[in-house]
Amino acid sequence: MWIDKMGVSYSLLTVVVLLFISIGVWGIGWYSLLGVAIPYMAMIFFVAGFLYRVLRWAGSPVPFHIPTVCGQQKSLPWIKSNPIDSPYTTKGVVTRLALEILFFRSLLKNEKVELREAYKLLYKPNTYLWLGAMAFHWSLLIILFRHLRFFLEPVPGVVISIQWLDSIFQGLIPALYITDILILISLAFLFFRRVISSQIRYLSLPSDYFVILLLAGIAISGVLMQLFFRADLVQVKTWVMGMIRFHPTLPQGVGLVFYIHLFFVSLLIAYFPISKLMHMPGIFLSPTRNLTNTSRNHRHINPWDAPVKVHTYEEWEEEFREAIKEVGLPLDKE
Amino acid sequence: MAGLSNEVKMPEEQISIDLTPPAKSWMEPAVQFRKGTYCYSAVPKHQKYLDLPYPREWNPAEKDWKLPEHWKEIILKGMKDLLGQYRSLKLFLDICVRCGACADKCHFFIGSGDPKNMPVIRAELLRSVYRRYFTLSGKILRRLAGARELTEEVLKEWFYYFFQCTECRRCSVFCPYGIDTCEITMMGRELLNLVGCNINWIVEPASNCYRTGNHLGVPPHAFKSTLEFALEEVKEITGIKVEAPINRKGAEVLFITPSADYFGNPHWFTFLGYLMLFHEIGLDYTWSAYASEGGNFGLFHSSELAKRLNAKIYAEAKRLGVKWILGGECGHMWRVIHQYMDTYNGPADFLEEPVSPITGTHFDNAKSTKMVHICEFTADLIQNNKLKLDPSRNDKWKVTYHDSCNPSRGIGLFEEPRYILHHVGNHFYDMPENTIKERTFCCGSGAGLGADENMEMRLRGGFPRANAVKYVHEKFGVNLLTCICAIDKATLPPLLEYWVPGVEVAGIHELVGNALVMKGEKERTTNLRGEPLTKFQVTS
Repeated sequence: MWIDKMGVSYSLLTVVVLLFISIGVWGIGWYSLLGVAIPYMAMIFFVAGFLYRVLRWAGSPVPFHIPTVCGQQKSLPWIKSNPIDSPYTTKGVVTRLALEILFFRSLLKNEKVELREAYKLLYKPNTYLWLGAMAFHWSLLIILFRHLRFFLEPVPGVVISIQWLDSIFQGLIPALYITDILILISLAFLFFRRVISSQIRYLSLPSDYFVILLLAGIAISGVLMQLFFRADLVQVKTWVMGMIRFHPTLPQGVGLVFYIHLFFVSLLIAYFPISKLMHMPGIFLSPTRNLTNTSRNHRHINPWDAPVKVHTYEEWEEEFREAIKEVGLPLDKE
Repeated sequence: MAGLSNEVKMPEEQISIDLTPPAKSWMEPAVQFRKGTYCYSAVPKHQKYLDLPYPREWNPAEKDWKLPEHWKEIILKGMKDLLGQYRSLKLFLDICVRCGACADKCHFFIGSGDPKNMPVIRAELLRSVYRRYFTLSGKILRRLAGARELTEEVLKEWFYYFFQCTECRRCSVFCPYGIDTCEITMMGRELLNLVGCNINWIVEPASNCYRTGNHLGVPPHAFKSTLEFALEEVKEITGIKVEAPINRKGAEVLFITPSADYFGNPHWFTFLGYLMLFHEIGLDYTWSAYASEGGNFGLFHSSELAKRLNAKIYAEAKRLGVKWILGGECGHMWRVIHQYMDTYNGPADFLEEPVSPITGTHFDNAKSTKMVHICEFTADLIQNNKLKLDPSRNDKWKVTYHDSCNPSRGIGLFEEPRYILHHVGNHFYDMPENTIKERTFCCGSGAGLGADENMEMRLRGGFPRANAVKYVHEKFGVNLLTCICAIDKATLPPLLEYWVPGVEVAGIHELVGNALVMKGEKERTTNLRGEPLTKFQVTS
């Protein structure tokens, strides 16, 4: 019982405790733990865990050909088939998956059912979740893309262009990025949606709140750094380049907020492989979405298929011999 | 199977629906086996006939389920095996983000308001146990990570909710990752089977089918006499003597249909429609008394049992030396044939790629499995002008069409049936888009849940479907719901009687039979139901 009610507070508490841990470690001055050891460990966790989970999925076969068909099949030539929702070719599958991954197409179909009057159902399009999810995921992607400026030398033009576009609507210095605003709004939406709607609260686990809060921690510390607690970007880049070349140094010209940001990012990537965040690679492997609807014209093989006990025609004829004879049906063995 | 009768035992009180979830967390297993909501357990006789484990007398409503001593080890071992066999299971247990998009897509949730019928929670019932025993975070953080111990209470909850899912796959349309609750339910049932917990409405038909060749347990002589009876009726209505060969070697086509078609009502009229159609086009075909069932209740039990029952179709096609197979109107039968049969019992290299002997059309979409859906076949006949049709003979009906779950989300068979309906009748009205095609709602009684004892739950599960029928009934005066599924034909009539009286149920080939102008027929005075045909009679 307490899980449902306390899920929110427990996750909030966990994030606050983690915040104090990072402040504490910073206060003691263990910068190398926060700036080198933990990020490295997190990275190892991430890579190893990610690969382990994906390989574990790949290790189990897809025994049956089970696409969820959402459009007209390709059958008779004069019936218009739906090449995406009932994909017939690999191109169709790739399109279906791409639309799903890039634009959350299934979520866009979402509708809300309401019980109107006694026994009258009403279906209303419900695109809020789609909007929130799109805003969050695309902002995150663009923010990650912007961060490439720390990892690549020289910084590619496209990264600079995206960064410029992202701040285009205001001439503020320091720039307040559109995606920063969007990610905070969408995270707030995704969080309060879980808290306020009794239905969503019922099905939420503590970890569902936890991931949102952790991401919010990352986003808030990032924005604070961008606006108020500026880090020396040249120094940060030097630190990043040292890390990826395995010649770690400590970042210079950075403060507490940088370390909080880094600590939360480390936690997130370490947590990634053991969490629901694995939906990211998972969607690519989903057998209801990544198979063509050609079940009847290409034979699908089940690798663990084994012979089963059947009731053969001969056994059947033997059992019903007299009856079959009586009504004059043909017998194989007279 | 008593469920095929049209006798309706309705709940005494008017069903009430409340979609507000309770305060109590789903993690507390608490299931009440209230009369009207669950199905009776499988009787030992049928369990034994199929060599299924732990046959025994037991009652879900009683405290002691007489589980085998090491039931927990058996289940956990079974879970480990299934995780190794099915990527779908492993993946779907791992990647759900609980976004809630599926929550109000399930007909059982909409009709019952029971939050454990939200597809996400139905899966969490299994997922929570998976986390506890198969994931690091679940082993360490337990409840905080959403992990639950496997207890008898949890097992009872599985039984209750995995036999309160009709494997219709509607939720999987809306899930951003395509998580398919049907897979979850199938695996849940596989696990329950390991300790001998299945329902009689699944095991008995499966055992009948294994023995006699069909779910209803119709032996060969009764099969022959029921066919002859149908031929008599066709003669009475049309004046034409029609042949229906059984177990005939060397025929070009083997015809397979669910046994309810030749024993159920209103399936019977569709059955007459097939006989008339095949006669009229001069199809060189045969029925089989051994493979006298297209449906496959094994699918609702386990993949192994599905394969065992399905094996008959190819075996019989081979024995009779036919070229290809034609399949009648059925839902889950077509899930098996389209997505499983070739894998289970193929390759069908002894058959030829299906070609319509009447039109010469190659059915390329069935070139490996070699089995064609009757709606594909008939639509092709109509499109090639091979049938003379008088749609006015169906003027009594204002028709709508229920996309049966499996032919819809399994095959994508949307336009073929509609094309036929547009040609055999004059009044067709589709239900709202949210409730048809890939978003169609289940009849509420599929996947083996069409029993009598769970009638309240069936009426609840079928409520969204009935509600959409009511909409077209009130708006356009629709009085006939057509469908291409034997379970639909058996279970929609009581459903509609409860929620929207005045709408009847029919198969598509009943309407084909009505409209079909046969060579040398006498003037028809009745439709296939024996109701008088008056040209201008239109009921509203």
